[in-house]
Amino acid sequence: MMVDIYDFYDKMERNNIMLSFKGDITSELLTSILQIMESKLDTMQEEPKIKKKVYNVLVECLQNLYHHMDEIPKSLNGASSGVDGENIRSAIFMIGKLDNQYNIITGNYILTQNVEGLKKRLDEINKLTKEELKDYYKAVLNNGEMSEKGGGGLGMIDIARKTGQKLNYHFMPVDDIYSFFSLNIKIAQ
Amino acid sequence: MERIVIEGTPKTPTISFDMASGHLEIRGRSIPENSIEFYKPLVEHLEKYAAKPQANTNVNIQLEYFNTSSSKCILDVFKKLEAIHKGGSAIVINWYYEQDDEDMLEAGEDYQAIINVPFKMVEVAE
Repeated sequence: MMVDIYDFYDKMERNNIMLSFKGDITSELLTSILQIMESKLDTMQEEPKIKKKVYNVLVECLQNLYHHMDEIPKSLNGASSGVDGENIRSAIFMIGKLDNQYNIITGNYILTQNVEGLKKRLDEINKLTKEELKDYYKAVLNNGEMSEKGGGGLGMIDIARKTGQKLNYHFMPVDDIYSFFSLNIKIAQ
Repeated sequence: MERIVIEGTPKTPTISFDMASGHLEIRGRSIPENSIEFYKPLVEHLEKYAAKPQANTNVNIQLEYFNTSSSKCILDVFKKLEAIHKGGSAIVINWYYEQDDEDMLEAGEDYQAIINVPFKMVEVAE
């Protein structure tokens, strides 16, 4: 297979993508990515307020992937040769800045049986006003539940609260079992 | 009396807790993937300290960033402090935030609304 690298380049250039990655999301990868993004934001001499917001939201988006992406059978992953019984972890993310607005886009596989539940949660968050989000955040913070993963369901609420915008999401069915979940987060100046 | 010091890393804050002077400080960034594991030693020491606290406990929280995974653990730390406060040690939690960092100020106010310990919001220059 020939990859049209210029096509990739052109699309990334036109969307002003600063950084993109596809593959397994590990703790070490997140450490490196966050360091790279922090120095990029410094180089761009971004206002400290914006810099902090972008960094914070980025941490939540990437740690969402780290904690929640579902493993998929290798055979699902298109071009790679399928080995029965072998699962892989793979996701994609991109960070760009277009028209004075930062975009953080993530994509990961999710079991279709979990789509309804997640969609319901996101829609609930999207219905809330700024004040309601604040109250909801405090209620979840103080509900005494701590997931094994340590998040406790605050990530999406925090993203909505910090960006002040609706969570823009999409689910695409891939096969009988899996769907692809994408999230496009905008941070305005 | 014991003293614990945990050196900071790019993803975890510097923590120092001196039980002899009743001084607790958390400073830096707190964005680990697994925050429960990270905060466990501090929570355990606070439980120990609660048995015989100093008359005054001085708490300084100066975070640059923290993730939602840390936010529940920080609440846990504050709940331990709340119990110590109730047990008779005078506590003030100084919550530092950089000028213009409204998100960090709001985060402090969220804790203030939940925890029954006096908070002091302290603005610092960027």
